Amino acid sequence: MSGEHIDEVSDVSTTGHEWDGIKELNNPLPRWWVITFYVTIVWAIGYTIAYPAWTMLSSATRGVLVYSSRHDVKNELEAAEVAKGKYVAALQAKTVFEIAADDVLRGFAIAAGGAAFKVNCVQCHGSGAQGSKGFPNLNDDDWLWGGKAEQIQQTITHGIRFASDSDTRLSEMPAFGDIITPEQIRQVSAYVSSLSGAVGDQALVIPGANVFAENCAACHGDNAKGNTELGAPDLTDAIWLYGAGETAIAAQVRAPKQGVMPAWGGRLGEVKVKELAVYVHSLGGGE
Amino acid sequence: MRDKTQTEPPEADAIDSPSTREPLYAPRKKVFPKRISGNFRRFKWLVMAITLAIYYLTPWLRWDRGPFAPDQAVLIDLANRRFYFFFIEIWPQEFYYVAGLLVMAGIGLFLITSTVGRAWCGYTCPQTVWVDLFLVVERAIEGDRNARIKLDAGSWTARKLVLRVSRHAIWLAIAAATGGAWIFYFADAPSLIDEVFAGTAAPVAYITIGVLTATTYTFGGLMREQVCTYMCPWPRIQAAMLDENSLTVTYNDWRGEPRSRHAKKALAAGQPVGDCVDCNACVAVCPMGIDIRDGQQLECITCALCIDACDGVMNKLGKERGLISYATLSDYNANMAAATAGGACSVNPSLVRTDGSAFSNRLAHFHVRKIFRPRTFVYMSAWSAVGLALLYSLLTRDRLEVNVLHDRNPQFVTLSDGSIRNGYTVKLLNMIPEPRTIVVTMQGLADAEMSVVGIDMPADRSLSVPVEPDRLKMLKIFVSQPAEQINARAQTFKFRVEDKASFESDEYTATFNAPEIVR
Repeated sequence: MSGEHIDEVSDVSTTGHEWDGIKELNNPLPRWWVITFYVTIVWAIGYTIAYPAWTMLSSATRGVLVYSSRHDVKNELEAAEVAKGKYVAALQAKTVFEIAADDVLRGFAIAAGGAAFKVNCVQCHGSGAQGSKGFPNLNDDDWLWGGKAEQIQQTITHGIRFASDSDTRLSEMPAFGDIITPEQIRQVSAYVSSLSGAVGDQALVIPGANVFAENCAACHGDNAKGNTELGAPDLTDAIWLYGAGETAIAAQVRAPKQGVMPAWGGRLGEVKVKELAVYVHSLGGGE
Repeated sequence: MRDKTQTEPPEADAIDSPSTREPLYAPRKKVFPKRISGNFRRFKWLVMAITLAIYYLTPWLRWDRGPFAPDQAVLIDLANRRFYFFFIEIWPQEFYYVAGLLVMAGIGLFLITSTVGRAWCGYTCPQTVWVDLFLVVERAIEGDRNARIKLDAGSWTARKLVLRVSRHAIWLAIAAATGGAWIFYFADAPSLIDEVFAGTAAPVAYITIGVLTATTYTFGGLMREQVCTYMCPWPRIQAAMLDENSLTVTYNDWRGEPRSRHAKKALAAGQPVGDCVDCNACVAVCPMGIDIRDGQQLECITCALCIDACDGVMNKLGKERGLISYATLSDYNANMAAATAGGACSVNPSLVRTDGSAFSNRLAHFHVRKIFRPRTFVYMSAWSAVGLALLYSLLTRDRLEVNVLHDRNPQFVTLSDGSIRNGYTVKLLNMIPEPRTIVVTMQGLADAEMSVVGIDMPADRSLSVPVEPDRLKMLKIFVSQPAEQINARAQTFKFRVEDKASFESDEYTATFNAPEIVR
């Protein structure tokens, strides 16, 4: 090594490297920068000793502090469970009616049920529980299988026409296309439509009433008010699951669609179902 | 004949060459301000006592707000999002009061600066006050200017070590007390102080104390005048605030120059002699380390200590005070013109004196009238306008509010009887620290009915809701209207809330949506 090279133009020492006459200057780094740099090195060494860092064959060194972010999450989840504990215990012990009557528990159940609804129910009933054709709107006051909190709880727990649950509630409307004539179907559709105020062909309504009494009243009732024991809808109201109007009614009489709701009791557990029941009941239509 | 290939070398030196270039970094030259007494010093002691007292004592003032609100006069309750200031309570949505106060502080600063110069910098700025406080400690321990210079230049003896350690220890104690006082604005002071000393206060309290201790110690003790000169933006802004009628600390060289330490000799030689005896008292007392005789400069915070210093000297010499004084640029220029015969000669003090002793009565003096000029009038008007607007808003503000969120999913629900129902989240804001019963009614929607899950609606269709003191109550209200009354896809109506006891009320205009075809 020869002595120090000094660049003539800038009067700064060079590293001795030169390319085509261009020399690399050797400006010293600021002292504060160098000190900071060494401090970071010391810090990094300490950090890799304290925390998981060095890759090993199957995992990595665990570090003297034995830190794990997964462990942190687990602790936080446990802490959250503990914090919810007394509410969950109360929900476990009380009926949905008692829960709905208690301000604090109702608030907790609605919040928890709302969250569970967003995960499990919105796929069919919609994010605002507004339903769609074939999927009931849970905001209104028309309930196929009953709108009391206990009835909602039972529906959620065991589902509707859900074959895998032995306690599920079922009913099946026959396909009247094979039973009565197309003319009778037109007559009964006109009659049913007239019940909720829509003016049908009056000539069809009178014979339609006879067809109804003979074929439909058994389930839907003499006054067509329906029967929640059988899941038979009220035909006199303004709410039509498969569409309003004579054509939609006729289609449903001819070859009825029957919705299936899964049983959620086994999947979500009793407390979660209670929370959902209280939430759905609170949407405004609960009885 | 000249040879054209030869050029004449011009006379030139590189302005920016390694041999002449100044280093970018200038090491700080220490300032050792000398103690001085006088009118302005006394005024500064007073301002210091008042500002420090306000800072340290305010959190300890109590203010009775009844059983439902804290009794601390000034409290920034971040956890509950409330700000208490004596009889005023501010909710987060009323933060514009604070914004308004900041606007007023800004315009007020303009107003003060345009009339009396950087009075804020010189007297009330926390940096100035704390540096002053730190200098008190420094002088008490190490002595006045000369003793401190000697100590600083001397080698490290045991005495120097003891003095330095005790000085910094007391500075740190003051800094810790400064940071410590800050946190009491954010929690109940008497209980927080116990917690702080017991070690049970929130970590953020200790962190705040630590950060403010560090900044106070660094800015007030170590950096001092550098904060004003290099860090603070105000010295730059003030140039736009000052004009030729603003009072500012001025060296009146029209009577001071030519300065001389040997006035008698010069007089004997028949030379003009000014009042300045070049004693450097003004330089020795300056906390910014400048010489005011160099004229107006960015570093000067107009603390006026040089006025005290110079007046003391003038008194001893039996000359008129005010060689350094608060003066406006226009007065200064007029007097300067008089002293130089309109710029025709260098300063000749005899031109401003009648018969060699008394001042000429042609000299310009500051007059209070000069404070009232268009600029200060505009500042004053803007300041007052903002202030009055805030005051009006404060005196007429609602302490009962209703906010309504219309359900959007679903927008409406058809009920079995064909009527249409809309859902609303109604927020009742009881903004006083007393429990109230708020009556909610609905207006402007024909035959419509309200319902709330879990509450039986009374026959008069008004809903009485108890709301906790100083809290917000959220209600889910359903409104339904019979199909035959619905005449539009969107109707507007009002939610009205009223406190039957105080007759305070508020209204919210909401929308009622319905499907296009009902029935």
